[in-house]
Order: sequence, then C-alpha cells, then structure tokens
Amino acid sequence: MSDQDSPKDSGISRRKFLKISAITTSAPFVLGPTVLEVAGEEVHVFGPGKVPITLNVNGKRLTANLEPRFTLLDALREKFEVTGPKRVCDRGTCGACTVLIDNKTVYACSVLAIEAQGRQIVTTDGLAPQGKLHPVSAAFVDNDAQQCGFCTPGFVMATRAFVDKHPNATPDEIAKGLGGNFCRCGTYAGIKGAVAQLSGSQQQKGGA
Amino acid sequence: MAENQYQWPDASKRKLIGKRMNRVDGPVKASGRAKYTYDIVRPNMLYGDSVKCPYAHARVTSIDTSAAEKMPGVKAVHVIHGPNDGAKGEVFWAGTDIVAVAAVDEPTARDAVRAIKVEYEQLPHLVLNDKEPNLAEAEKSEWYKVASKESVGDANSAFQQSEVIHEGRYGSPVITHCCLETHGSIAEWPDPDHLFLHISTQNVPGIGEQVAKAIDLPASNVHVHQDHVGGGFGSKLGLDPWGVAAAQLSKKAGGVPVKMMLNRATELETAGCRPSAYARVKVGAKKDGTLLAWESYSWGSGGPGGGGSLAIPYVWKVPNQQKQHVNVVNNIGPARAWRAPNHPQMCVITMGALDDLAAKLGMDTFDFVKKNIDLLDPRSKIYSEELDVANELMQWKSRWHPRGDKAAGPVKQGLGLALHTWGGRGHSSNCDLSIHPDGSVEIKMGTQDIGTGTRTSILTVAADTLGIPMEAINLQIGDNQYPPDSASGGSSTIGGVSSATFRAATDAKKQLFAKVAPALNAQPNELEVVDGRVRVAGNPDHGLSWKDACSKLGAQTLTVRGTNPGEGDLTNSGVGGVQMADVSVDTETGIVKINKMVAVQDCGLVISPKQAESQVLGAMIMGVSYALYEEKVMDQTTGTMLNTNMDNYRLAGIGDVGELVVRLMGGPGYDEKGVIGIGEPPTVSPGAAISNAVANAIGVRVPYLPLTPDRVLAALEAGQSEGGRA
Repeated sequence: MSDQDSPKDSGISRRKFLKISAITTSAPFVLGPTVLEVAGEEVHVFGPGKVPITLNVNGKRLTANLEPRFTLLDALREKFEVTGPKRVCDRGTCGACTVLIDNKTVYACSVLAIEAQGRQIVTTDGLAPQGKLHPVSAAFVDNDAQQCGFCTPGFVMATRAFVDKHPNATPDEIAKGLGGNFCRCGTYAGIKGAVAQLSGSQQQKGGA
Repeated sequence: MAENQYQWPDASKRKLIGKRMNRVDGPVKASGRAKYTYDIVRPNMLYGDSVKCPYAHARVTSIDTSAAEKMPGVKAVHVIHGPNDGAKGEVFWAGTDIVAVAAVDEPTARDAVRAIKVEYEQLPHLVLNDKEPNLAEAEKSEWYKVASKESVGDANSAFQQSEVIHEGRYGSPVITHCCLETHGSIAEWPDPDHLFLHISTQNVPGIGEQVAKAIDLPASNVHVHQDHVGGGFGSKLGLDPWGVAAAQLSKKAGGVPVKMMLNRATELETAGCRPSAYARVKVGAKKDGTLLAWESYSWGSGGPGGGGSLAIPYVWKVPNQQKQHVNVVNNIGPARAWRAPNHPQMCVITMGALDDLAAKLGMDTFDFVKKNIDLLDPRSKIYSEELDVANELMQWKSRWHPRGDKAAGPVKQGLGLALHTWGGRGHSSNCDLSIHPDGSVEIKMGTQDIGTGTRTSILTVAADTLGIPMEAINLQIGDNQYPPDSASGGSSTIGGVSSATFRAATDAKKQLFAKVAPALNAQPNELEVVDGRVRVAGNPDHGLSWKDACSKLGAQTLTVRGTNPGEGDLTNSGVGGVQMADVSVDTETGIVKINKMVAVQDCGLVISPKQAESQVLGAMIMGVSYALYEEKVMDQTTGTMLNTNMDNYRLAGIGDVGELVVRLMGGPGYDEKGVIGIGEPPTVSPGAAISNAVANAIGVRVPYLPLTPDRVLAALEAGQSEGGRA
C-alpha cells in the first residue's frame, strides 16, 4: 500500500474533513463530496477520485482512500487483506463473498465500500479469535464440508445466519436458506451434515 | 530377510490408515484464514488486466496502446498478439488475450484496457458442434477431421443374428470447469534473473519449468509457491497465456509483483472446456439379452484441437463393433482435461444405448448387465459385487418398473444405472522425512493439496507408520523448492504421495531403531513404536518416550527420502464403480429432480475414508450439475459464449442434489490391490445414470445432456408424435 492510500490520523473528524475538502477542491488525490442541492436537500456526491473510507471490520476500524466505485469485497480483500470473503462470480450469484453487515448476510461484491461505512461488518476471519474455531466452522470441519475450500467461508457465514433463524431446519428450508451459495467441488452433503450437527447442539441448548 | 519390507500393514495393525479423520487443513479453510493465490497481497503489487479478442477467429491488424500508456497509474503494457507477429497474430477463439496491462489498482487497469484500440480482420468461424457432420463432407472440410475408423469382429453378420436392434442418439455438450478460484498468478522478479510465482495451479512441481521455457529462463530460476487452490478439476495443469503475461508485465514494471487473476466471464469462456461427444448408435442383442453388436458414428469438439477419439463402447467388450469418430475443429476455447477426461461422455453414449436396448428387450437394465457381465472383463467380478451392493442401497430390484412410470399425475419417477472405470496409479513422488534429535518430525514434499485431502493422507500414512500422532508432524507442501513431485491430475496423487511417504517413514523408523536399540539392549528389528513410545516388542515396559528415543540420534538430524515408484506394490491401477439414480420428472414443466443417488466405488486400500467419501460425494454432485444444468452455450453469429456468468452457467445448488449414499468397497479382495486414486472415477457415471433414470420415468430418451426442461419436453413431444413409447 502506498502512502497516499493510508491517511494518517490528522486529528480532524471525518465530518469536518469532508467539509474542508468540499471547499478546497484542489486536493490532488483525495476528494471529499461535492455538495449539490437537490429539491431543497443537500446531496453529497463522492468521486470519481479517491475518498477516505472507514470501515468497521471484525471490530477493527480500517481506513483507506478509495475510489467510490470500489466494492466492499474488493476493499476488504485488496486494501485490508481481509480475505475470508472470496471473489468468485462478482455479481451477487454465488455467495462466496457472504459477510454479515449489522448481523444480516450480505454479498460483499454487491455493496460499495463507501455504503458500508458506519456499520458492523463481520467476516469468517472475525468469527472466532486466532487459533479458535467458531462452532459453525467446527461443524464444517467435523462433517468434511469443504474440499478446495474456496466457497467455504461464504457458506460458513450463510450457515451461521441460517441456523440462528432455523434452529431445526427441514431439508426444504436448507435448500432455500442455503441456496444462495454455490460449491463446485460438491460439499453439500457435508454442509447438510454440519447444519444437522448445529441443529442438534441448538436443540440441546434449548432443552437445557 | 528376503521379505519385501514395503507392504501396507494388515487391517489389524492399522492405527490411522483407514480411520475417519478430520481434514488437517479443515480449520484453516473453515475459518477463512487459508490463503489462496487470489488472496495474496504483495508489497507494491500491481493489478493486471487484458484486452480480449471479441471474435472467434480473427487476425490482429493494428494495436494502439498510446492512450493507455499515458494514463496515471498504468505501469506496464505488454502486447501478446501483435499485428506483426506472423502466425501469432491469428487468434482462434473469442476471449483470447491480446494486450495486457498492469496498473496500481484494478479499476485503473480496467480503464487502461478500455483505452487500448485494437483492430481485427474477422475470419470465418465455427463454434457449434452438436449437429451430425456429413461424413463425405467431413472428409473434405477443414472443420472436420476423421479421427478413427475401427472394427472388431463382424458387426454386419452380428446385426443379422440380432433379434432385437435399437438405434438412438446420445451426447453431452461442451461444458466448462468453473473453478471458484479463477485462474491466475502473481508474478514478481526479486532480481532480474529470478521469477517468483504465486500461482493457482494443480501443478506446483511442474508449472515453473513451463513458465521458464516460455520466457527463456532457466527452470531453476523460477520459484513457485501455493498453499491452497480454489479448484482445478483438470484445468490448472499447464501454462496459460495470462500467466506468462503477468511475468512479462512485472519485468517491464521493474520486477514489482503483478497480480493477474481472470474475471469470471473470461474464466468461463476460455479457461476450461470439456470436449463434447455426440453419437448415433445402433446396438443388437439376442432375445435373451445376449449383447452381440455395436455400431456408432460419433463426433465432438474441444475447440481448435478437436476433442480426441472416443473409446466407445465404454467399458463393454461388445464382441462385434464398427465405429467411426469425427473431430470437429472449431473456434471455442481450447480443451482441457476435465475430471476423468472423455469418460463421462463415453459413458453417457454407451450406457444410454444399452439401457434403451434393455428397455426394448423388456429387460430390467440391472438384469441386462448381469446377463452380459462377462463382457465387462477384467472387472466383471467387481461390477457384479458392486451391483449387488448398489441394489441393496437403492432397493433397485423391488422398486424398478418398466419404461414409463404408470402412476397417475404429471410427476413420473424412474431409476437408472451406469458403471465406469479409471486407472489411478500413483505418480512419481518424493518425500523427505526428517526426525530431529529433539523428537520433532518434518516432511517436505513438492506436491499440492487441491482439496482432495492430500495433506491429511500424507500425515495419516506417516503417523501410522512412525507410531506417533499426526499433530506431531510438521508437513510442508506446495513449493517447487521441496522434493520433486507431480501434478495432481488423473487421480494419481494419493497413490504417489502415500507410497513415497510410506517408504520414507518405513526407512526412517528402521534407521531410528538402529540408533535406539543399544540403549534398550535390543536388536533394531526387535523394536516397535506404539502410541509414541519406542519399545521392545512384546515387552511394553521396556521402552523410551519418542522424544528420549530421538535424542539417541545425537547431534545429527535423520533425513531419509522415500520415492514412488519404488520397491513393493503399494499402488495400483484400474477400479470399478457402479452408480444408481432415482429421479422424478414433472412432465408438464420438464423439470428433473434428483431424489437419491447411490455410488458404490472401489479404490483399493483406502487411506482416508472420510476424504475419499467426500471425493465420491463431490463427483456425484458435479455429475448432477453436468447432467441437468451445464452447457457452454455458443452463438454461431457472434462466435461468443452467451452464458459467461454464474446466473446462466448454472451449477447444482444444495437443494438440487437429493439424498446421496456412498459405499466404498474395501477389505479382502480390495485392500491388497494397494492404493488407487478416486478423484475421477465417480464423476463418470452420474450423467448416464441420471439420463437413464429420466428415460425410465418418462418412457422416452432425452438424447443429449444437460436434461433441461426444454429438452425433456421436446423428447416427450417427439415420443408422442412417434405414436408410442419405447
């Protein structure tokens, strides 16, 4: 990462910075919003140059200067080296980039980084501390629900959200609820096993 | 002792081999921490992209890169197919890389690609291949090559003796690999003479040399590293133009890393292509089901190189055969090995024709296969045993009905079966195993784990042989500076790495015993390791902990190399497998649903059953995918692929695969064959088994895969207009 991509904390709040840069449009690389008045309301237009973007990822505040056209997925992967989410179809079909935004599953390829500011983003990398396995990841390991493993992080995130909602999922619910993720090696049998294992542990929890 | 010291342990002595272990790299993958080539971010890394030819067949006439070169952030431009490059200026499929650029980030690289102007002279193209070529024309046309004409026995008189003859069409289209991690690499030059590659490959040991050759560099100057690969399926064995371009862009940019990963559209259009195979088949039998004769006229394509010849009838030694095959030479992406190259296509044609023949004979296909089981030599016994196991798991005999489900309502149910074979002998492999005086154990191998469980199997064999836990061994693979190994292709990895590892661990243990024996007042051949303790056999109390035993090595680390091939029959070739499918077909919508599939598979001695079963399950799921959904849809007018995204190049999802049952054959009669690969064989039968099940359900054959609703409805309509069902 070059220096221009890593803004140092200047002591200026983001809001103030945006205001300042909106006025001083001479900044060569990093531009704040142009403020337009539309129907009596102020609309902030960013880009096409780089703008400072701050994301809250796995509890960490990460900042970079990016063109507004950067997707959340590309910002995570290429700027912050958070590479649990994978880029596969890059158009909202395959689910390999699934992350949680404010606890909802989202395809990170279909959200702009700039739109994801101010929200809590969780990726597979952040599910459990280094060296520990989240129960969903552990269920994937126990059931051999990965081969090449490239779809796995997205599937783990989708499964985590799915079992929260469907603690005792039926096959039909699994087909629909996890139908937004694709695997090429063919690990679906293992993933069904993982869901069953997690349902079992949820039932035990519920019964206790 | 003259006795061969390299023999897999008897079942009673296996502690880890054949036991259900979790995948050792499962945690790093399931936590998202595994780093694939696509995930690597190197310091000061640039991003590569390329201008792609929009035409299926063209000559580059001019290139203007001046605007791109002036753009801020663009660091290198490299012409791959220039107008003055002679033959190189001609391109043979849409999506061919013409000019590559490297820029500070991806959006800038994409902008630069848009700013490059390339002009082409369009040339005639052909991208279709499902239409039967007229043989007389084929012999004169540049688009067709007669690949083979062959006869066995006397087909003409055998058909005259046949009491029942069936003729039909069968086939499967060109499909792509659709690896989830697209092809690509990160190239950098640490100094002007050395190239360092992170590359998404099935061939860590060999790819460096291929790149070196392309850029005129000594092979030893290319360092290749890869920890994980996001799928290959045969498409990541060899050199790719974009890989060479990345190295050249990096060189032009002063050696800084250049990451060049294909986008999804290019991956689908150019980075994978399983040849098609279509056939018109005639088969004949006696009334009692005795199979007598086969005649086929087949054709297919895998792009500019055609598609190779077809060994049909597949698996079956039909006594009288007459067959011709024509290669269609067309302008689609080049053929690549696709998990069990040509076998699924040959199986669809053969098992489809025989299933239809059985139906015409009024026989259950299961009985037809049993009746002709001798024609499945040399695997008649295996297939027969597997058919019986599959029958139990599917309840075939009690559930089978003749062609055309008579149940009321639009949804019809049916059963189908198919069988297959594959080689799978272990490839050349080297294992360096070191035991350090502090008791730590290290293995280095130049192989790769493409998701099949290679790491798990190496550690299983080493730990089982040394008598220590798998966690006690530090395994390093995925680097071409480790001992030479082979590409992971053709189901050859498990046999290769397990045999090399077994020989290394056997030798290391023997040498360790020689050092430890004096301390235990014993002879080396009296020692054994059990549960991490080196002890005198039959005297459990007389021993040393593993750590104390290793300290007897003194200051010297013990390193031995195990190789494959080598002494002892540890790996073998030639497996049999049987699969059965149970489907439902909605005759109003044409939608096929998989209810259940059964796979019974032989692969000799199973090292890692959990991962071997995953291979079979995965193969069945890939099979559902190519049977029902996958096709590289080409447009003859534009010469391009139409479905270059994952919405329209559809893979099977979790709700599409039904109940999957796997049974690995093992134990006496199978274990003593040694270790045989399992990646390819179970991929072969699903297309045929599913196609046969659909025919059994609806009473008519849907000739070509994939069995999409439009094809199912068309077959139903054609069946009705012919005034009856088979």
